[in-house]
Amino acid sequence: MNRNWFCGLCATMAVATAAIAQSTHYSVGRVATPDEIRKRDISVGPDGSGLPVGHGTVQQGRLIYQMLCANCHGDRGQGIGPYPALVGGQGTLASPKPILTVGSYWPYATTVWDYIRRTMPYQKPGSLSVDETYSLTAFILYMNGILGESTKLNEKILPAIKMPNRDGFVPDPRPDVSVTKDKN
Amino acid sequence: MRTSEITRRAFLATTTAALGVIAARADDGAQELGAPRRPYGERSPFEKSARYFRESATPASASSRTPLQDLFGIITPSALHYEVHHSGVPQIDPHQHELLIHGLVERPLIFTMDDLHRLPSVSRIHFLECAGNSGGEQVGRAGPNPQRSHGLLSCSEWTGVPLRILLEEAGMKTGARWIVAEGADAGKLARSIPLEKALDDVLVAYGQNGEALRPEQGYPVRLIVPGWEGNVNIKWLGRLHVVDQPYMTPYETAGYTDLMPDGRARQFTFVMEAKSVITRPAGEQQLSGPGFYEITGLAWSGRGRITRVEVSTDGGKAWQDAELNEPVLPKAITRFRLPWSWKANETSIASRCTDETGYVQPTRDSLLAVRGLNATDHYNGIKTWYVHADGKVSHE
Repeated sequence: MNRNWFCGLCATMAVATAAIAQSTHYSVGRVATPDEIRKRDISVGPDGSGLPVGHGTVQQGRLIYQMLCANCHGDRGQGIGPYPALVGGQGTLASPKPILTVGSYWPYATTVWDYIRRTMPYQKPGSLSVDETYSLTAFILYMNGILGESTKLNEKILPAIKMPNRDGFVPDPRPDVSVTKDKN
Repeated sequence: MRTSEITRRAFLATTTAALGVIAARADDGAQELGAPRRPYGERSPFEKSARYFRESATPASASSRTPLQDLFGIITPSALHYEVHHSGVPQIDPHQHELLIHGLVERPLIFTMDDLHRLPSVSRIHFLECAGNSGGEQVGRAGPNPQRSHGLLSCSEWTGVPLRILLEEAGMKTGARWIVAEGADAGKLARSIPLEKALDDVLVAYGQNGEALRPEQGYPVRLIVPGWEGNVNIKWLGRLHVVDQPYMTPYETAGYTDLMPDGRARQFTFVMEAKSVITRPAGEQQLSGPGFYEITGLAWSGRGRITRVEVSTDGGKAWQDAELNEPVLPKAITRFRLPWSWKANETSIASRCTDETGYVQPTRDSLLAVRGLNATDHYNGIKTWYVHADGKVSHE
């Protein structure tokens, strides 16, 4: 886990949170019912929180991919024109021509699932079912060598997958460029 | 009274028109009446300034750029505000739109637009800048004019409710650390924002330059996260989820992260650092002959106020302080000016700014030395324009 670098920020925020008066000042707006929240809440956290119950397979994902995705992303996920590659690039991140894909760059598998559900297929975002989304995610992870062909994906297995570049991110160190100004 | 007034006006108008016709026969100086009133104003047909974009196979996931070289002052006309969309511009009926706040809160709440308009509001002038603005400069594809090089930048007066008020209405529970803000666009674009910033100066904005937000800028309501990369300023805001951790959305993992030479990437690089650009004279413009020109441009910093802008007119050997046009506002564009006499010589001009934290805009070389060529977001290097002996100004 490389989450310890959030801690400094979190400590500061805890103080800020404590300072909030816990009283309602304006009483404007209505209380949301659990049903209203359930209908709108599609958040998925990196720990799997919010993932709906469901399951998918690589085989099923391959069929959906060929039908809905291959036209833009290529039959092997290699990318076509403005449509990005989904596969490959592992080991290229420090090279002059890094290839950023789900397999080489994305730190969390939950993000893949969430992105597919929200935005794909490009012309009809939001149209995939929960199980279709698990299947497609499984197939893309399989194409990247992250899942075996027989793996069944569900809401418990998905967040447990360790992506190849999981530890590839660092916090913002800026200002990072020390400026030595010319003397006028 | 009203009827007779109208009748009198109509009579006068008819009479005047008749007289006009008679006068026109007698006198070539006759004037034609101007255009009538109109319910919503348009600019002069002689003004052609426009946003710039190329044709795209995916126009719903694309950007357009503000014509910085054509603008005066610090406010970007709403019609010329830059755009970046990832799933197109939704058309939202404000009477149907609602904002949900839920998660680690005491009271999950839903606000209609009427609710938001009832709450205390503030108006503030802030810039918005895409994280990728001027990224081409970093990798050596310098933009040929200010619009192409720096046009993913705009500045507006935004009006709305401080997000702090809405969060206090809902009441934060123990463990609340971040909010996930989500748009009501087709792709439901979402970003994680630390609660500390959310409680500081973030606005839930419905007004832009005195009128409602434009659809391209998030109508009917959006987040304004002052000084931070454009992408977190969620447009068409529909949901705020108070959570315990960043949710690692695509746009804070796969995108808007900066790949360093060692292969690791910087994440949550929210602040847009101090930057400036000369907008006149600038690339693709033509000096009409030797003599006086006013050099002018824009400076801004996501960390606060601009305190100084220096301009060099001799290829970076000497730097002179430019005048900063008041008001100089935090996290807003500042307009600078410097009188200049061009002697028909070949030279280059550049600006560099300093903000209230003492941070000085760096050169491209010093940025590349640290960040390399693979990081194209959050670039803020000094921009140089080249003036040729024939008065042409170019980017190389």
